[in-house]
Amino acid sequence: MSENVLEVRGLTKRYNGTAVVKGISFSITKGEIFGLLGPNGAGKTTTILMLLGLGEITDGQARVLGHDPAREPLQVKRRVGYLPDQVGFYDNLSAFENLRFTARLIGIDRRERDDRIMSSLTHVGLKDVAYRPVGTFSRGMRQRLGLAEILMKNAEIAILDEPTSGLDPQGTLELLDMIRDLKRHSVTVLLSSHLLDRVQSICDRVALFNNGSIALIGTVDELRRQVFGGGFRVEVEAEGQGLAERLKTVPGVSKVDPSGPRSWTLGADRDVRPEAAAAVVAGGGRLLRLSVEEPTLEAIYTGYFRTQGGEAHAA
Amino acid sequence: MQREGSALQGVGVVTLKEIADHFSSMLVVVLVVLVVGTAIAVVWGAVGELKELTAEDPFLFLRLFTRSGGLLPLAALLSFLVPLIAIGLGFDAVNGEHNRRTLSRVLSQPIYRDALLFGKFLAGLFVLAVTLLALWLMVIGLGLVSLGVPPNIEEIGRAMIVLVAAIAYAGVWLSVAMLFSIVFRSAATAALASLGLWLFMTILWPLFSSRVANAFSTANDVLGVLQTQQAFLRLSPSALFSEVMAVILDPSVRSTQQSMLAALGLVLLERGAIPNATIPLLESTLIVWPQIVGLMASTILLFVLGYVIFQRQEVRA
Repeated sequence: MSENVLEVRGLTKRYNGTAVVKGISFSITKGEIFGLLGPNGAGKTTTILMLLGLGEITDGQARVLGHDPAREPLQVKRRVGYLPDQVGFYDNLSAFENLRFTARLIGIDRRERDDRIMSSLTHVGLKDVAYRPVGTFSRGMRQRLGLAEILMKNAEIAILDEPTSGLDPQGTLELLDMIRDLKRHSVTVLLSSHLLDRVQSICDRVALFNNGSIALIGTVDELRRQVFGGGFRVEVEAEGQGLAERLKTVPGVSKVDPSGPRSWTLGADRDVRPEAAAAVVAGGGRLLRLSVEEPTLEAIYTGYFRTQGGEAHAA
Repeated sequence: MQREGSALQGVGVVTLKEIADHFSSMLVVVLVVLVVGTAIAVVWGAVGELKELTAEDPFLFLRLFTRSGGLLPLAALLSFLVPLIAIGLGFDAVNGEHNRRTLSRVLSQPIYRDALLFGKFLAGLFVLAVTLLALWLMVIGLGLVSLGVPPNIEEIGRAMIVLVAAIAYAGVWLSVAMLFSIVFRSAATAALASLGLWLFMTILWPLFSSRVANAFSTANDVLGVLQTQQAFLRLSPSALFSEVMAVILDPSVRSTQQSMLAALGLVLLERGAIPNATIPLLESTLIVWPQIVGLMASTILLFVLGYVIFQRQEVRA
């Protein structure tokens, strides 16, 4: 299961002596959704282009599906699908014709070409507009067409650069669903985004970029623990006597702070809502409200750089 | 570093798509109609003139290219208009892909950048060749119908050399336009730069080159001055093309000598030395062979320059 499909070691990119990507290392296992997150200009796109063999690697090593993108770019590009930031299509051609051009470039067999194009268009919900010129498409439809291209290609790895930027909330949700769907088709997904909160829900693991380096890497929960220690904050609102003391005895709770006349904030290393509820009820209290607040990736990111004394220019 | 796979993979696909794009592009269609229309009008004028002075001219058909009944003759017109179509086909070749944000998506398919550039160039050259061939056939056809005399083999041979030279000349300007489309990110800048260079090379350079030549050589060496002048003049593709036209379309010894000497700034003093003798096709071809090769070489040189710049360019928009 833990087969690495993508490995990067000490990857570095310098422009005229200025390092844009500074010796980053990470690996992605088959079938996971990996998020490359960080503000604009942190080096995410540069990294992606190096992985595709579209940008020269100054130093370090990259292995994509066992191939070196600098030396065997065709092998890599044959098996990896790429959705660039603000993807463009030929506006005068229809969605179908655009995909047919790509299919010819890939060298898909003529007999199965049209079927594969139509089924991928159907998959992203563009079947009804397949023969309309792409010039009439909205941003969301273009992004979906980009995903259709990756599906048609039968890519083993999908690299998506800022897939949700510029989309409305509805479009974002639809697109995130489709990305999850890629995972169900056992496609490994590497996506980059500066909108940390939007994509944290779908990423198995994330790497937080800052200024050309990876600051943190791991699952969102791991990062949360790493940065905030406890991590979870449970809000309890209840009526009763001596509830604060009772809540302190709940296993996993590290501190209890009053946040109102009859409410408390619990600091905990996991979600302690069931235990807290049981404690309130066991103490004869009336439980009015119980909620858990997980620090978002945005908060983790900002929090990390506050503790490091560095600047986090989150977008 | 050795690359795997062929650099030409995908060239055919790109070429076919670009040809389809060109023929459905309004700009290209307008340019082609404009040029072909103008050419037909000029040939019509030439036919009118020729009908009046038809005698025993052995190269009646070639006069279609050099006479015009008061207008600019077709040979001169081609040297002006062919670059226009070539620039129209090439000025947004690469920056257009950048601006439509299609470049990184296309290059992430299993092809090299070479394929994209080659494909675009071949498509442009193909469209130019088809346009010029159509034009050529129309001139011949119009000549057949209106003059009522079939062209002889030698005339056909000469007309074909004209066609080849015109395609080579178009290739130069296609390379120029594509080079600018790689260098400049804005299509409008690339178009204006190409048109500017075209005007400079076609209209200003002949005036300019004599000044430059004078600066390079001493005044008492007349022949030296003239040779330097000609060398400078030949840096302009329009000058090369005009020389080819002059020699190929007028096979008489006198006019061949005259045009060569005129290029040197001299006039033929001894009039009528060999009044009606003509230069055979092979000889004419040998005279202009360097010019034709020069046009092809500049096409390749400019393309390679663009190729090198494109290979080093960033893909991201």
